[in-house]
Amino acid sequence: MVIDAVSFYLFALMVLGGGILTITRRNAVHSAISLIVSLLGVAGLYLLQGAEFLFAVQIVLYVGGIMLLFLFVIMLVNLDMAAKERQFNHQWLVALVAVALVGAQTGYFLIRGQGAFRIADAGGIAPPSALGNTEILADALFSKYLLPFELVSVLLLVAVVGSVVMAKKRI
Amino acid sequence: MEAIFSSPWFMPVAATVAIIALFPLVAGYIVLVERKLLADFQVRLGPMRVGPHGLLQPIADAVKLLIKEDIIPAEADRFIFWMAPVISTFTGLTAFAVLPFARNIYVADVNVGLLVVSAMGAVGILGIILGGWASNSHYPLLGSLRSAAQLVSYEVALAFALLSGVMMAGTLSMQGIVKAQYEHGTWSVFGNYGFMIVPFAVYLISATAETNRAPFDLPEAESELVAGFHTEYSGFRWALYFLAEYANIFVVSSVAVTLFWGGWLRPFPKVAWLAVPLNLAFPILLFTGSALLTFPMVKRLKDPLQQKVLIGAALFLLLIAALFAIPAVNAAVIGLFWFLLKVSTIIYLMIWFRGTFPRYRYDQLMNIGWKVAIPIGMAAVLINAVLGMLQQA
Repeated sequence: MVIDAVSFYLFALMVLGGGILTITRRNAVHSAISLIVSLLGVAGLYLLQGAEFLFAVQIVLYVGGIMLLFLFVIMLVNLDMAAKERQFNHQWLVALVAVALVGAQTGYFLIRGQGAFRIADAGGIAPPSALGNTEILADALFSKYLLPFELVSVLLLVAVVGSVVMAKKRI
Repeated sequence: MEAIFSSPWFMPVAATVAIIALFPLVAGYIVLVERKLLADFQVRLGPMRVGPHGLLQPIADAVKLLIKEDIIPAEADRFIFWMAPVISTFTGLTAFAVLPFARNIYVADVNVGLLVVSAMGAVGILGIILGGWASNSHYPLLGSLRSAAQLVSYEVALAFALLSGVMMAGTLSMQGIVKAQYEHGTWSVFGNYGFMIVPFAVYLISATAETNRAPFDLPEAESELVAGFHTEYSGFRWALYFLAEYANIFVVSSVAVTLFWGGWLRPFPKVAWLAVPLNLAFPILLFTGSALLTFPMVKRLKDPLQQKVLIGAALFLLLIAALFAIPAVNAAVIGLFWFLLKVSTIIYLMIWFRGTFPRYRYDQLMNIGWKVAIPIGMAAVLINAVLGMLQQA
């Protein structure tokens, strides 16, 4: 399908371009917007894979929730001051060595385990099932993965209560 | 010709073109209705000059907005200032793509339709807060910070209210939700022994807050913040924000109608003998009645040109009534008629809120959101789950 291929490259461009712009923009709000573009690209890739539920949840949670709060905080910061301040993270040499090490490690794994990986395996997408994506996900979450799911929600509750305790002086 | 009508692309393309072409006009007339109703609530006349009883006011307003000078503040972030209203309008109109206007009139029926509407609403907030930030001015920034906090808070309550409705239908597809209500034979709002009225009330309150409408219009509180996030916008960009706001109002009303009020179903959808009085007699009586009530108003106008325009409007209403008498046309548009009638009722209700309730203080707004709406929404989900299981058993 030509449309699928074109949309894939479009979304991939959004993901990668957005990611690069996120770390290169000086203005923090521009970085946040680039990150939003990148996240929207990921949502588009989910949609191409036939995972409609993940697509919608990605947008609602990441763009509508998390990035909105990011922007909220960034807007309260005096951006001009922040841009002029001396940066303490000029560690070019250490960074280059670390990146080279990780790159070598990944390359070594890829070469050693060539047989186990399926890189760009065409036709690997499962055909869409009769049941909707949402129903399958809900079934898996509430039957097979019930315990991990509940544990994660308890963990999130602990985080919420913890942040309230830390932020509030008198309860 | 036949090939065009039967093509699977015909309805989506026709509906898309109709929505994009017609909605600005519809939004203009919703504004006119709002101004007229608020004038009535406050014992004034409202717009009276342009056209009979201000009937052509929206067109005059649109022309004025289009030819107004476009001002960008000197220190503004130009690109974001330019993008922000576009984001708002784009997301507002994209949400129309999944609305079920009638059995056969819709752009797309995706199996996560309701989530697409929520997602578009979530992205639309970005337009508001980026616009406020890019203006590089204090009042807009305060307005957009308020709106970010408000929208994030009320989104949670909104989601709980939607969840109750989705549990009744058992699907996220907008057409599927309407069809599930047809299977039940009642609208969802009367389901679960009448308890569904609670999530509907929570939905209506949160939706009013989500669309920045009074009494929750803190982001644009004119007595404190001039005009909130769009203070620095003028001309066409401002019109885009306005269009987005009314698109959002239409979308949240449509979601309420689809989820709770039976979408394009008529009242008592499974009672066969009511089909003729409700589907045929009711719309004809409604439009003929409005036309007949318009004619006496013509005499009271003094300007002959305005008289002619009003007679034209009355004849237009009669023409619509006549169209409903043709069986083929009636069958095609009766779903659209019920859908739009219910959506108008909810929009009327939201205008009524604006005319009735005073604006809340900011702390009251947050208290209502977090301490009243969210707990009630959660309790409604639990109780509806139990009641729904009891009804199935």
